Amino acid sequence: MPDIAIAQAPAQSRHGSNIGQPLTRRDGILKVTGGARYAADHHPPGMLHAVLAVSSIARGRVTFLDVPGAKAHSGVVEVMTPANAPALALDPDAKLHPFMFRMDLLRNDRVRYANQPIAVVIAKTLEAATEGAALLAPRYAAAPARVGLDDAECFVPPAVGVGNPSVLHRGDVEAGLAAAVARIDATYETPPQYHNAMEPHATVAVWDGDRLTVDTPSQGLAMAQARVAELFGIKPESIHIRSPFLGGGFGSKGMISGPQILAIMAARLVGRPVKMVLRREHMYGPVGHRAPTRQRLRLGTDRDGVLTALEHHTRTASSTFDDFFEPASDISHTLYASPAIATSYDAVRLDTGTPLFMRAPGEATGSIALESAIDEMAHACGMDPLAFRLANYAETEPMSGRPFSSKALRECYAQGAERFGWARRPLAPQQMRDAAGLLVGWGVGTATFPAHMFQGHARAVIRDDGTGVIEIGAHDMGQGAWTALAQIAADGLGLDIDQVDFRSGTSDLPDAGIAGGSAHTATAGMAIHGAGTDAITKLAELAMSDQRSKLFGAGNAGVIARGGRLFRRDDERRSESYAEILVRAGLVQIEGRGQSASDPTAQSNYAMHAHGAVFAEVKVDPELGQIRATRLVGAFAAGRVINPRLVRSQYFGGMIWGVSFALHERAATDPRSGRVMNPNLGEYHVPVNADVPSLEAILVEEHDSHVNALGIKGVGEIGITGTAGAVANAVWHATGARIRQFPITLDRLIVPGC
Amino acid sequence: MTPFDYIRPTTIPEAVAAAAEPGAAYLASGTNILDLMKGGITRPRRLVDVTRLPGLDRIEKLADGGVRIGALVRNADLAHDTDFARRFPAIAEALLSGASAQLRNAATVGGNLLQRTRCPYFYDVASVCNKRDPGAGCEARGGDTRLHAVLGWSESCIATHPSDFCVPLTALDAVVEIEGGAGRREVPLESFHRLPETTPEHETVLEPGELIVAVRLPAEAAGFSAHARYLKVRERTSYAFAVVSAAAALRIENGTIVEARIALGGVAMKPWRARGAEAVLAGAGPDQAAFRRAAEVALADATPSGDNAFKIGLARRIVTRALAMAASGTPDRMPALPASPFALMPGVLADA
Repeated sequence: MPDIAIAQAPAQSRHGSNIGQPLTRRDGILKVTGGARYAADHHPPGMLHAVLAVSSIARGRVTFLDVPGAKAHSGVVEVMTPANAPALALDPDAKLHPFMFRMDLLRNDRVRYANQPIAVVIAKTLEAATEGAALLAPRYAAAPARVGLDDAECFVPPAVGVGNPSVLHRGDVEAGLAAAVARIDATYETPPQYHNAMEPHATVAVWDGDRLTVDTPSQGLAMAQARVAELFGIKPESIHIRSPFLGGGFGSKGMISGPQILAIMAARLVGRPVKMVLRREHMYGPVGHRAPTRQRLRLGTDRDGVLTALEHHTRTASSTFDDFFEPASDISHTLYASPAIATSYDAVRLDTGTPLFMRAPGEATGSIALESAIDEMAHACGMDPLAFRLANYAETEPMSGRPFSSKALRECYAQGAERFGWARRPLAPQQMRDAAGLLVGWGVGTATFPAHMFQGHARAVIRDDGTGVIEIGAHDMGQGAWTALAQIAADGLGLDIDQVDFRSGTSDLPDAGIAGGSAHTATAGMAIHGAGTDAITKLAELAMSDQRSKLFGAGNAGVIARGGRLFRRDDERRSESYAEILVRAGLVQIEGRGQSASDPTAQSNYAMHAHGAVFAEVKVDPELGQIRATRLVGAFAAGRVINPRLVRSQYFGGMIWGVSFALHERAATDPRSGRVMNPNLGEYHVPVNADVPSLEAILVEEHDSHVNALGIKGVGEIGITGTAGAVANAVWHATGARIRQFPITLDRLIVPGC
Repeated sequence: MTPFDYIRPTTIPEAVAAAAEPGAAYLASGTNILDLMKGGITRPRRLVDVTRLPGLDRIEKLADGGVRIGALVRNADLAHDTDFARRFPAIAEALLSGASAQLRNAATVGGNLLQRTRCPYFYDVASVCNKRDPGAGCEARGGDTRLHAVLGWSESCIATHPSDFCVPLTALDAVVEIEGGAGRREVPLESFHRLPETTPEHETVLEPGELIVAVRLPAEAAGFSAHARYLKVRERTSYAFAVVSAAAALRIENGTIVEARIALGGVAMKPWRARGAEAVLAGAGPDQAAFRRAAEVALADATPSGDNAFKIGLARRIVTRALAMAASGTPDRMPALPASPFALMPGVLADA
């Protein structure tokens, strides 16, 4: 059903093609007027409200729930516990492939982490369900919680991230270190962090026999559909998931989570539509987080400041019951040239929810440590940190030796440095003060993120009125897919953007793959491009083989599609409109199909990454230690830019997150209970506007003919990398204090006891 | 949410009578109590909505030169009252450094005084807390205590009072006007909040049903307007509670400090008046050495309640800095970032 009608013409006039134009968001008017319906905005007739009861212990068993007490509360309809939760067709602890995450779906009384769902109260009103959940007054048999990186036996995980090796090396690191003239050996720590999308995980589930309709935010509609199908033992095509808008996902909505499934179970149990919206604090457990890391880096250089060895070891944590290991060391595979590189991991199992992909998983954590270490190494060599990075510039991917498909990082360094004024930076720390006496420091970090691509599918239609349709189950998490993908759709069909009916965001449309890994524009875009090309090809064949067409016999010369017309390539005076071709052929429409996938040959021949350079200025009060990132300039090269306005926004968002990583974000976990003590947006700090007074993102031109035919790399995650380290390095440059525990808070900066 | 009665009286005596019942709580704008109720931290059986009571939303200049601020005056309205801000600049600065613009538009004067601590163990109902459950214990002790109290804490409670507004008010001898069943009484703000000792559940001197109707500043308080600042160190530039804050107000005549006022925020379960430090400054020159001496005295009794020893040294520096800022004169305009170290004007001794 066509839920979404985005008919707003873009505010700007357009010159030439759609791709590359800075269109404003086509869904912007809907969003500011409240017309954009998010999952929780749905209220089907007869709908009940469900609220989670969650565990306050991190490890043990639930020994008592006052179900009669909760059910006695006015308005409470049902309490779902392990005693009555619907049977499932698949054990939610089954793991058939790495993209399956184990869930807690009320199978038993076991507690594996704080905030684990232990019951669901279903009521006529949200208030009654909330009170019902409180009335359950659970009791527990608790076991001691394992909370910190030293609290459990450590082991070497068989793989990190998604199947990446946990031990990898090239060359002889020990020999490289032994031969080095200068060395550093430093250990950095990053805290647990939580995605905190503005929109909590919300689900409205409606069963009709064995057919299911779900409104819920998803970064991977087809995967969610398949997961629900296997859990409930129904066909994927019986499930309709609608997710036209997400209020942010950042990875926490990449795979459907336990609470979302519980809402669907609750609807099945009571035989009525059910809505469940997670409370903010319920998002600190069952929907993923970024695991803490402790990273040791050992670097050595020769007398010219050229790296002789780079070793990057990460200690991280997963849950006790599932595997996700933050691949923080992997960033050292790709960034700096060194004859010897070694990366390794060990891990502990803690009583937490399972960590998960969180915006730049591995790259963000790894980057702040590597960029800090590179800065420390530059200082040990007495070199400017930018000059040091250039001296160790990787012409080929260091670990694999493959050439880069494209790499405009030198231009990023140059343009960013120029814009920032880097040349005026004093080499030594604590040299700059502003007029008010605040310490000023400048730092740089290199940004990098792999250019991924997944499998995606799209359908294109050209109709006999000359308009087009593109259908793809793509995901707009707030990044602007409704606009950027429609731009690709319009160019793919040779139409103006307002002539294309772009349909997206539901599971009954062709599978667009997952909106993750910064790969969605490339994945969905290439599928759309392919579908458009396919439809145009069929239309051209129709015209070229029709004697009545002006394009008859164009044959090898071929045609090009533009503005709703096909033109003979060798003679543009000969053209015909789409409508003319279809009407004459007696066709209502013509359909094309497109599919995208990464090219395995190109993948094995080339290293594919986006790059960037981020320059940060911080000011620090010399006595009070309060820190502010007063100026950020990022220069990024990520292949073809579909919409510079949206791309700039993505860079800004990432850079702000980088500030957050360096200075603000930290889940404060109680060392005894394992509960996160700041599970709210008041106390879990992220930057506010006043924390990012000046942001600039430069779009550095880069052409890449290997990543995909459109030349698109990703822009969604790279902004965090580089920035976090640049801010940390700027803090050092301002104060002379190298803080290796993140976030850098004022208590770590001021000298105690003075 | 537990069912509760909602009562909206139209007169103060009605309100006082309604709120004298056990389990009753006053509701003004609800910026704190509604969150507490949603989280199951407090479960009042009766809410007495005071927002319709007449006459409590005025800022009145008194005949003796003092000012009387009605309990329902909004934080933003008070801070942006030009005459008030001119006479009591440190109070306006403190107000504007608190919360967010949206919250300041809603939050009231009376509510600010009565806001609850932000101790995470108070908010986490799975933790034991002597404030929530007298005698149960304090789970903050030994937990995540970076931001807890360094003054006036006890084994029972190490929480802090989060108000910015109350800090300069205390320094300037504000008086709380209270209406109760037995009539009207007045309590100096300095004595209004209670230290935890063995009964941290009793946070103020209010008796059941008693209602704050106004906060009064004496005429002398305006005598500091040329040298009055509020300085608040926090972990992000805005929308964060103080790690430590300080209000400093000086009367300087002929190059000598005639009278000094100092209070600290974020260090104790009440706004902390530093009278000993004030005494050090009386008659001294407004110089860095004197300010440092005053800061030493202000924190002389401070002890860490956990992993927060840094707050003691930080508090000394903040007192010293706030005094230096006050000495150099109240700025003509409210800084763009009120009370922030990043609002420093050129000319202030920053690195002394």
